[in-house]
Amino acid sequence: MSGTSSLPRIRLSGRSFLALTLTPEAPLVNWLEALDAQLARSAGFFSGKPIILDLSRVTADTPNLPYLKTALEERGVRIIGIENGDRDWPAVAEWDWPESFVGGRASGEMDVPEENIPPPPPTSLLIEEPVRSGQHIVWPDGDVIILGSVSSGAEVSAGGSIHIYGALRGRAIAGIGGNANARIFTRHLAAELVAIDGFYATAEEMGAEHNGKPAQVLLDGETIVFRSVT
Amino acid sequence: MSKVLVVTSGKGGVGKTTTTAALGAALAKAGQKVVLVDFDVGLRNLDLVMGAERRVVFDLINVIQGDANLAQALIKDKRVENLSLLPASQTRDKDALTSEGVEKVINELRSKFDWVICDSPAGIERGAQMAMYHADVAVIVTNPEVSSVRDSDRIIGMLDSTTAHAKKGDKIDKHLLITRYDPQRAARGDMLGTDDVLDILSIPLLGIIPESGDVLRASNVGAPVTIAEPDSPPARAYTDAARRLNGEKLEVTIPTERKGLLDWLFKRRVA
Repeated sequence: MSGTSSLPRIRLSGRSFLALTLTPEAPLVNWLEALDAQLARSAGFFSGKPIILDLSRVTADTPNLPYLKTALEERGVRIIGIENGDRDWPAVAEWDWPESFVGGRASGEMDVPEENIPPPPPTSLLIEEPVRSGQHIVWPDGDVIILGSVSSGAEVSAGGSIHIYGALRGRAIAGIGGNANARIFTRHLAAELVAIDGFYATAEEMGAEHNGKPAQVLLDGETIVFRSVT
Repeated sequence: MSKVLVVTSGKGGVGKTTTTAALGAALAKAGQKVVLVDFDVGLRNLDLVMGAERRVVFDLINVIQGDANLAQALIKDKRVENLSLLPASQTRDKDALTSEGVEKVINELRSKFDWVICDSPAGIERGAQMAMYHADVAVIVTNPEVSSVRDSDRIIGMLDSTTAHAKKGDKIDKHLLITRYDPQRAARGDMLGTDDVLDILSIPLLGIIPESGDVLRASNVGAPVTIAEPDSPPARAYTDAARRLNGEKLEVTIPTERKGLLDWLFKRRVA
């Protein structure tokens, strides 16, 4: 029995990956900024992908070139090869220059896929029903729009403004969380209480001028002011 | 198809039990099979208004707890065919109403009757919640005055959020019945007008029942007004309301009685 025959056979099989070619452009600061913006929209796009750095659009004296490789590696870009540059450029003397691959075919330009970023949550709340006595609507994130009426004994609180297309007979509390510019609008003012940014007026303090009429309520300094809707 | 109807109001004393009895009798007279269920456990009245208080043996709580079956507890009305009553217990309280027990009883009644009419207790607590939970249709009884209207508004909000239909995301049919309406007081502005009530509650109007001594007299003799005095203005209004519940399209009017001058003078003096 010879020594060589007892060694295991080496199994080889082919596997291909698509290597991506990244081509930085001068000025590098702007280019990295653009890359960051792209990464923010599709995080992890470069992770686990082999990248070839194409230096055809930079030159030996491009500013910041010495730091390019580290900057890319910090962003999770794994460089397996460098093309079109010259490893004798002084700027890249510090680089750990990987062995180049042979062969390879260009396969055209690629777009970085945009991830499905969910649309921002709505900032207003739309209520199509009347708000009945005993119900309490709290919406700290923005405006509340109510197509029906707000009944006596009901309460609506909003971080922004409150728009009531029916009658306001209950309580409306706008600008919770400190928004002094919030307003309350209604087609028929008969409120028990209105408040904006912590300042309030009860029915007794409202006066009769706007009673039963379309009105808006706003804060002027530290005073609740009623105005007609014009 | 069988329907569960709840008669509710929030406020007490507005005429829920009277309405339950009168609407139930009117529907039964029109040939529908009707059962009236008293949910006012501890303060039962429906048996009195129906004149059945001397025939109560078993009640809703007995059936829920399995001490009696439905056939033993149901009291058939002697005047109108197709009309039955399931009385409440007077000695227990509303905590005896369990969700499973109520569901079982309601389902059994659904299979036997066209209309299961639940007379809700006043308030918004357990008894009222149990009475409305299985409802397909609600009649909200409201007097034309502010406290009654606000309480009704609260109840409508609960009908839209806490019933079995609401939990499935459906809405139940809600009808407004204005009771104890006095046209003369309304004309003088002593009472909320119908338009104001409808504007605040924004649900369809089922009928307007005029204030009348006939209702009180009927209750005292133990008969729904639609049986005791079927031609009186309130009985006519209830009968029309029952027809609307059955899907008929009738214009809502306020039945009035012709009054003699003396009658009117007398009424003014006692008022």
